[in-house]
Amino acid sequence: MTLEIAAFWGFAAVLVVAGLAVVLSKNLFHSVLWLALALVATAGVFLSLDAEFLAAVQVLLYAGGVVTVVVFAIVVTERLVGERLSHTSRRVLAGGAVSAALLALLVRALANASIHIPKPPLTGDLTRQIGMSLLTWFALPFELLAVLLLVGLLGASYFARPEE
Amino acid sequence: MGLSAYLTLAAVVFCIGLFGTMTRRNTVGILLGIELMLNAVNINFVAFSRFHGSEIGMVFTLFAICITVAEVALGLAIVILLFRMRRTATADHIDWLKG
Repeated sequence: MTLEIAAFWGFAAVLVVAGLAVVLSKNLFHSVLWLALALVATAGVFLSLDAEFLAAVQVLLYAGGVVTVVVFAIVVTERLVGERLSHTSRRVLAGGAVSAALLALLVRALANASIHIPKPPLTGDLTRQIGMSLLTWFALPFELLAVLLLVGLLGASYFARPEE
Repeated sequence: MGLSAYLTLAAVVFCIGLFGTMTRRNTVGILLGIELMLNAVNINFVAFSRFHGSEIGMVFTLFAICITVAEVALGLAIVILLFRMRRTATADHIDWLKG
């Protein structure tokens, strides 16, 4: 139990620090690397919620796939323009005020809500349950997801076609 | 850990992502902020699912992750296309629809 609490706070600290570094770093490439760390820390938070399968998907798809694609995009655009991309922020005060106000609102609402329910004990294998629901109750959305990925593939290759 | 700890963590990450989305000039930086916000929502989904004792929320997280991947791929394709046409990645310079 104490190990679980320590793991949660450790992953939460890494996640918040990495998230702040993503939005504050002056170098776009460093931002992407910090995002990879934030996504891996999120996988750790999933692990502390007993969702091993989702943690694996998070690392494979997000930290592996998305970060690679973003790095590719940065390399391609920097080569197109032939110079370092500017990666500055604007209206930091206004943005910070809006974000802080929203955060204060959410934390206050969470403090007032009566959500002190105990964590129910695990019943069976969560990964098996996820697989069962995906292929029975959620079979149609699952297939639609395949169509969405195909559409995304076609759209991306259409946008990225060589100029005539 | 209680449910509110996870929800508070997700709220903090969401607000950090919102800050990045609002303040970044570079379009890729804006996309990174959106990634953080989507990630925070996924934490909420998984936490509610675990505390509710049902796996449905985790199935929704899987869907959200897949849709995010498609969104990032298309968003970056649009960024590269804009780069080819305008030689800029600054969101303020992409104003062709302005009358």
